[in-house]
Amino acid sequence: MLELLGPGALVVGVGLFGTLVSISTQTYVVNALVNVAIVVALYVFIGNSGVLSFGHISFVAVGAWTAGVLAIPLTEKPAIMPHLFGFLRHTTVGDVSSIALATAVGAVYALVVGLPLMRLSGLAAGIATFGVLEITHNVLRYWEKVGPGVTTFSAVPETTGLLQASVGALIAVIVAFVYQRSRYGRMLRATREDAAAARAVGVSIYAQRLVAFTLSGALAGLAGGLYVHVLPINTELVYLNLTFITLAMLVIGGATSLWGAVVGAVAISAVDSFLAEAENGVHILGGTLDLPSGTRIVVVGALMAFVLIVRPSGLTGGRELRLPRAFARNVLTKFSA
Amino acid sequence: MTLTATFLGADWQTVADAFGLGGIYALMAVGIGLVFGVLRLVNFAYGQLVMAGAYALAFAYERGWPVWGGILLCFGVVVVLSVGMDWVVFRPLRTQTPAVMLVATFAVAFLLQSIALLWFGSLGKIAASLSSLNQPWTIGGVHIREISIVAAAVAAACLVVLVLLLARTTVGLQMRAAALDFRTARLLGVRANRVIGSAVLLSGLLAATVAVLMTVQTPLVTPDFALRDTILVLAGVVLGGMNRLVSATLGGFAIGFAAGFLGGALPTNQSQYLPSFLFAAVIVVLLIRPGGLFARGGQQAAERV
Repeated sequence: MLELLGPGALVVGVGLFGTLVSISTQTYVVNALVNVAIVVALYVFIGNSGVLSFGHISFVAVGAWTAGVLAIPLTEKPAIMPHLFGFLRHTTVGDVSSIALATAVGAVYALVVGLPLMRLSGLAAGIATFGVLEITHNVLRYWEKVGPGVTTFSAVPETTGLLQASVGALIAVIVAFVYQRSRYGRMLRATREDAAAARAVGVSIYAQRLVAFTLSGALAGLAGGLYVHVLPINTELVYLNLTFITLAMLVIGGATSLWGAVVGAVAISAVDSFLAEAENGVHILGGTLDLPSGTRIVVVGALMAFVLIVRPSGLTGGRELRLPRAFARNVLTKFSA
Repeated sequence: MTLTATFLGADWQTVADAFGLGGIYALMAVGIGLVFGVLRLVNFAYGQLVMAGAYALAFAYERGWPVWGGILLCFGVVVVLSVGMDWVVFRPLRTQTPAVMLVATFAVAFLLQSIALLWFGSLGKIAASLSSLNQPWTIGGVHIREISIVAAAVAAACLVVLVLLLARTTVGLQMRAAALDFRTARLLGVRANRVIGSAVLLSGLLAATVAVLMTVQTPLVTPDFALRDTILVLAGVVLGGMNRLVSATLGGFAIGFAAGFLGGALPTNQSQYLPSFLFAAVIVVLLIRPGGLFARGGQQAAERV
């Protein structure tokens, strides 16, 4: 149970920390929580299957588009999205329903994409998922019947505050935990460790990967729904940079454990937020730190390369959070006595 | 009559452009394929080598250096960066899985791109010392820009030199052996560092050539210079088949030719969806022939992720 308690407590802790800080810092905390949801979604597929995917941000984008288009008030729609499909133009749903629909659309899209793609593995899978990202970005950018196109998603109610972001991230963590403990999660992990042996005991690699891909698509859609309610976004915000930074979070934290995914997301979000602040100039230790813009990616990129070279299994070593053995034994004997 | 002539003229220009772009992409594909052959490493950061070379050209142009000076600087910068990348990043990661190495080069790509952003700003620099090559040549009443022909010719020449190098020299033989089976090659006395070093050096030289050719057509050098091209070339290389240099090169050429031709031939409201069509085609090919379009029948990709 500790394996859920650790990541869950970290999410709650970050949420509580957000209540203590100023409003402007709160935005960073909310963003960190959304990042946790995205990275956990990545982890469900990449971490459990060991197959690389560059395509998950397209599910985030689709989720964001779904929730955004559906949540914009009817009166605002003609001004922002004049070419929208009729049924989208005349429908507006509440905040929670829009995020739920984003989750569903993310899952369906991942399932449709996964049906053919999960047959691939290795480099072919990497390039094909990259292709999905490119196609999704390209279509969302120019197809104005499903969204605002190149312009920014304005007028979406900014409802993702601390509470909504914390709950969303917590849901992602719990779903990921339940999945990895289920027989499906274990079967997929078996294929990651030894594909031949897993196949020999009757595990279908294709089916297990498809299940994980669909589930992680749902979580990515959820994260996208949260994201669009944080601040006005456009296609460029759910593209290469987000792909890079979330992948970096997963790798730096440790790709093979839920604890690693959450720790990586929180740690890199913290570093990233601090640097973003520093790019505008901050006062620290009596001096002013004023970094040129672009420093963030340099630092995160260097950090990622460094972790990969020195500790390829990530900060957590790719393990779940466990109590030290001696401590666990003491507690257990005390309780049984 | 005039209408037909202009239409035909435009069409020939499109074909020539497509050949030029195909040639440039083929060179990039060789650069990526060479390193993949000996290291089993897909270099996502290859485009950033080209970007660095383009900045070197812009630097020389701004200071009014002669053309050969700029090209020399470009080659110097790219080769140093290429070898440095090998030393700092690839060498410590050589024993890791291909997935880890791919993610690492992804990180290096973003790192170099943001360093360029920090250093030179987002507005971009101009590298136009060879822009005279954009003049049209008239052959039999058809106008074709010089650079399209020059690019195709340079690419062809580079490929011929490379084939000779691989086929006729000792180090070429060793590289081919290493690409086929690195462990056996080492057992037979091929020195790993030397082979890898030459592959990295050659791919750097190719990146510098690509930088020179590309800046003629796109003189505005920004931090994401050649990023889109690298993504397309990577897709093309996998499409053609990574395991053999020839198939990788053909894949690169094919995707460059397709991008150049469709980009020129389609009207704007359709060509904006061009990336979607190209990547959809790539995915379909990967599903039908996971080993690559030009791979030998029955041969599976040896690389495991």
